[in-house]
Amino acid sequence: MSINKAFQFVVQFFKQVLKPPFHFAEIINQSFEMGLKSLPLITLTGFIVGLVFTKQSRPPLEDFGATSWLPSLIGIAIVKAMGPLVTALICAGKVGSGIGAELGSMKVTEQIDAMEVSAINPFKYLVVTRVTATMITIPILSFYCIVVGLLGSYVNIRAEEGTSFIAFYQNAFSTINFLDLFTSVIKSVIFGFTIGIVGCYKGFNASQGTRGVGIAANQAVVTAMFLIFMEEMLIVQVSNWMRYF
Amino acid sequence: MMENQNIQPNNGLGQPVIEIKDLYKSFEELPVLKGVDLTVNKGENVVVLGRSGSGKSVLIKIIVGLLKQDSGIVKVLGQDVDTLQEKELNALRLRIGFSFQSSALYDSMNIRQNLEFPLKMNRKNISKKEIALAVEEMLNAVGLEDKVDQMPAELSGGQRKRIGIARTLILKPEIMLYDEPTAGLDPITSFEINNLINQMQLKYNTSSIIITHDLTCAKETGDRVGMFVEGRFTRMGKFEDVFDTNDEHVKGFYNYNFIQ
Repeated sequence: MSINKAFQFVVQFFKQVLKPPFHFAEIINQSFEMGLKSLPLITLTGFIVGLVFTKQSRPPLEDFGATSWLPSLIGIAIVKAMGPLVTALICAGKVGSGIGAELGSMKVTEQIDAMEVSAINPFKYLVVTRVTATMITIPILSFYCIVVGLLGSYVNIRAEEGTSFIAFYQNAFSTINFLDLFTSVIKSVIFGFTIGIVGCYKGFNASQGTRGVGIAANQAVVTAMFLIFMEEMLIVQVSNWMRYF
Repeated sequence: MMENQNIQPNNGLGQPVIEIKDLYKSFEELPVLKGVDLTVNKGENVVVLGRSGSGKSVLIKIIVGLLKQDSGIVKVLGQDVDTLQEKELNALRLRIGFSFQSSALYDSMNIRQNLEFPLKMNRKNISKKEIALAVEEMLNAVGLEDKVDQMPAELSGGQRKRIGIARTLILKPEIMLYDEPTAGLDPITSFEINNLINQMQLKYNTSSIIITHDLTCAKETGDRVGMFVEGRFTRMGKFEDVFDTNDEHVKGFYNYNFIQ
């Protein structure tokens, strides 16, 4: 019953996303809000992830005398997996819970009904705009997280090996091809869609007053994170399979 | 005056704007409306009086298409609400104003934005100047022109109700539906809201259904009062006539309100 309801919600999104009116101003406003508010946390997390991952990867590579492979290893890890995944997990917590709580609060205080009786389509104005915004914002934030993560890695490699900036980036991207970048972008768009639609669904179906708002926010985070991990596994499988064609 | 299901048009007033016949609604196994009949005429204020949980709010949510009935006919301004497509329903909704019990002001917008929002979304060709004038007119009408830049959270309960009514009236509806307009307010603020409802009816010539359990509100605002008990009207007529009875439910309601 609940899966069917969620499926109908997703179908409704795809039906409405291409139908006018398009609330561009609200999409830009939401993208700006989500992007700007997540930026400090993504900067900090991305930088630390890059730096720590580099530090932890060095000793095993040293054992094999392969420290020169460190930038390539970090490049693959951050571009293909950690950048999009870390960004998505942060945004599931920050943006997803925000959407769930905001729409949940609007639901229980009848603000969504108020839109509907004013002949305003609340699904179009609240859900389509937010989901579109997350689908735009998460890939941009993922790209930013990759850049900051590589910077964190470079700081450590520069301190330990004295590698130049250009040499680091050449090595980091030497094993990255178009399919890797394409997969990362698509993955981020899918993660963005998941975060937005789960947050909106949970918020739109909130009940039981203020307690329901808390539940909606909590479930938005937990469900989105679970789905993101499932999608990550699936996308890795598919992209590995595509390599053979 | 009729007992046990009203409900006749008041011939002294205009044509019917709302006609409800044999309306039933249940939530899962719980019946809420059990064969409601009601007619509201143009320019008339009809009060639906009853205890909390008796199904009053469900009734007006069906009128505006927020809920669907199980059976029965609901005609608003000559249109059968249940059979309307989304576009037609939205066109009809623009002619109906709905004032929520909780006021339902948009938390993230200030008062000006709250009032501008329905206009901007529904009147594509309206100029900024016309919007500003409409906002000013409505805030003057509810006496809160100085609150224009405040956020809803900064207002008192009574002020929020007034802004909620102003936001509804900005689209110039022909019908107003008030859900518990005086609930949770002190007697003086309730008196002000009752006056506001009457003023708005005179100024904008609206027809209204007022859902309440407040007898003072019913007496002050209603041209007709319907006693709503367990999902149906048991009595309907002028305020004094409705309570001129030995019916236990009705007398109990009257005594509790006025003696308490």
